[in-house]
Amino acid sequence: MDFAFTDDQAAITQAAREMLVETCTPTDLRRMLEAGEPSDQARWSTINEMGLLGILAPEAAGGLGLAAPDFVGIAEAAGYVALPEPLVDLAGVTIPLLASLDDDHGWTERAIGGAVVAIGHPANRFVADADTADALLLGDGEDLHIVSRNAVTLTRAESFDPLRRLFQVDWAPSDETRVGSGWGDAADRGALFAAAQMIGLAQRSIDMAVAYAKERTQFGKAIGGYQAVKHLIASAQVKVEFARPVVQAAAAELALGTLPSRARIAHAKIVAGEAADLAARTSVQVHGAMGMTWEVDLHFFLKRAMALNYAWGTPAAHRRTVIDRMTSLPTGPDKTFASELADA
Amino acid sequence: MNLDYTPEQRAFRAEVRTWMEANVPSGPLPSFDLTREGFEAHRDWERKLNEGRWGMVTWPEAYGGRGLDLIRWLIFEEEYYRAGAPVRVNQNGIFLLGPTMMEFGTDDQKARFLPRMAAGDDVWAQAWSEPGAGSDLAGVRATATRDGDEYVLNGQKIWSTRAVFADWAFGLFREPGSERHKGMSLVLFPLDAPGVTRRPIARMDGEMVFAEIFLDNVRVPVADRLGEEGQGWHVCMATAGFERGLMLRSPARYQVAASKLIALYEANKDSTPASVIERVAQGWMDADAYALTIYAMASRLAGGGTIGPEASTNKIFWSELDIELHRTALDILGDRAELMPAAPDRGDAGDWLDGHIFALAGPIYAGSNEIQRNIIAERMLGLPRG
Ligand SMILES: Cc1cc2nc3c(=O)[nH]c(=O)nc-3n(C[C@H](O)[C@H](O)[C@H](O)COP(=O)(O)OP(=O)(O)OC[C@H]3O[C@@H](n4cnc5c(N)ncnc54)[C@H](O)[C@@H]3O)c2cc1C
Repeated sequence: MDFAFTDDQAAITQAAREMLVETCTPTDLRRMLEAGEPSDQARWSTINEMGLLGILAPEAAGGLGLAAPDFVGIAEAAGYVALPEPLVDLAGVTIPLLASLDDDHGWTERAIGGAVVAIGHPANRFVADADTADALLLGDGEDLHIVSRNAVTLTRAESFDPLRRLFQVDWAPSDETRVGSGWGDAADRGALFAAAQMIGLAQRSIDMAVAYAKERTQFGKAIGGYQAVKHLIASAQVKVEFARPVVQAAAAELALGTLPSRARIAHAKIVAGEAADLAARTSVQVHGAMGMTWEVDLHFFLKRAMALNYAWGTPAAHRRTVIDRMTSLPTGPDKTFASELADA
Repeated sequence: MNLDYTPEQRAFRAEVRTWMEANVPSGPLPSFDLTREGFEAHRDWERKLNEGRWGMVTWPEAYGGRGLDLIRWLIFEEEYYRAGAPVRVNQNGIFLLGPTMMEFGTDDQKARFLPRMAAGDDVWAQAWSEPGAGSDLAGVRATATRDGDEYVLNGQKIWSTRAVFADWAFGLFREPGSERHKGMSLVLFPLDAPGVTRRPIARMDGEMVFAEIFLDNVRVPVADRLGEEGQGWHVCMATAGFERGLMLRSPARYQVAASKLIALYEANKDSTPASVIERVAQGWMDADAYALTIYAMASRLAGGGTIGPEASTNKIFWSELDIELHRTALDILGDRAELMPAAPDRGDAGDWLDGHIFALAGPIYAGSNEIQRNIIAERMLGLPRG
């Protein structure tokens, strides 16, 4: 038992985080929105050059062959910067799924090389990033199909989060587009890495609240000096502290693929969503009227947090998984870890 | 205690209902925070209300009202919200400035301003906050310099709701050199006066809900000061009492939202965990509790009482209730919650998202909830000042 990241894990997370924080500032996000650019090509190239896209793909498929705990901190960092590009869905969900197909029509390799494959998983009402995708991975019953961007018709479903591009997709399956059957653990991965992003989003909201509370003065004093303000922010941080380890454990247990491991992911998604929601609302409150504006950057994080809270399974759906595990399998101090119930 | 409406009160309710049914626009009006057209459409609605003498039923008839008591005002509000009538574009006028003017205005001011306010001819904005003076309103720096029978106004105001298109503002200014609560005056000024510049401020979703106002040697007659010179703080605190207390957020607003939430739950029962009904029930109970508290307060006022720091308890209660109602709705909507109105496949997502954004501001404006809690603790409960 060692619930800590290895030096290698810490190092790759740190490198990815530094790159994201440096290249994806709120100023960058605003520039993209003003220019109507859906993604930043330079940043996407850097992400690609760092090998982040193939991080969870097997070495045989050209990936790094690493596992979910190696990526969970990177997904958190992507949340921290409200990354507009689909790094998390691609590296965390789509590429591992493509790599598991018998015949992926060459798309694993292409996606590891930076081609975007948008994923139309049934857990989500719309397909994110379909407009900039080279291809779409879509489901028809149990069958999976890869369809080229040119072969589908897209209708934008505008989200509160202007950097989240959702589409309704009209398409027709055919024998040529079929690449396999079954979504495997894609829903678990989607939920897990959405949870990780929400931890990052929560921390970002808190960091912004702290910075503002130190700088803004009222009644001749920094507002962060008032206990009412301190306690608001501190309560949000408590939520984060008791959500992050759940997310990390969920990453470590993902591979088990059992009810206890799926319940851990569900737990992670629920509490990370609660932390992100509370942190965002707290940060608005600490910013006063400033927090309600377009001018202050906070809304980028608040909007993403709200969207992810309901994406890849709603809290209500995840709660059912938790209750299922809780009522059908043994609980207790010796049953903390999913591996203790591996035979279940 | 008698919790039965009188026959007269019932008849009044029926009268309001009949008028609303005949006159409330069938669809929503365009937003008053995005275009002049939307703003004017709301002004037209105010004019229509006034034609029916519904502009402000509690005001004296001479000023366009009906001289009714607060219980009837509550009944009017219940019917207004029940009918789904448009948001009052002039709420800062009719609910805040109007009652303040009733208390502090000269007869001349009342005659000049109140009938036009009731009719929507003048839509008002509140110009108190400044970049450096939010919670600490006594930190206001904008000045009113006396020059004969004129004031010369200078400074910068911020967060002025509706000021993008409004006609007039009531502003808080200080005599140059004065400090804190002393030397302040409440001065009325036209928003199109020479020297006034307005800059819209976009809310996080792009709606221009408020504006910055820059004043550069704006000259107004001394006669447009409300209350005594130097007594501005005292006048403002009365207005703030109306804002937090009874007027700004009437209970019907939340009772209608709670009913909509119940309907939303019923319509989405199959995809909603049964436990959510408990949150829906909590919202409904809280909305009713707010209504009961306000009825009790209205009765106390009718009996000659006043509203003190309990205005602060109201403000906390309605703002937190509003957030909970909307969060519950978003949870029921699930992955439809984030969708903007034009998105496909929204189903019955309605205006819950917009309402949620608005609700987020509730604990901030009209005096933040942290400040209200300080007031309750110190002035209601007598705890030591922090
Ligand atoms: C939607 C909206 C509409 C508005 N409309 C108007 C309008 O029409 N006209 C107008 O003049 N103003 C308006 N305002 C401004 C409103 O009055 C201010 O936002 C409010 O007074 C808070 O000031 P602030 O935003 O500067 O926040 P700040 O005062 O900077 O407060 C920031 C945070 O610090 C906390 N804080 C500050 N001091 C203390 C303390 N002593 N103890 C504990 N906590 C403290 C606050 O509670 C808050 O959480 C509006 C605001 C909003 C959000």
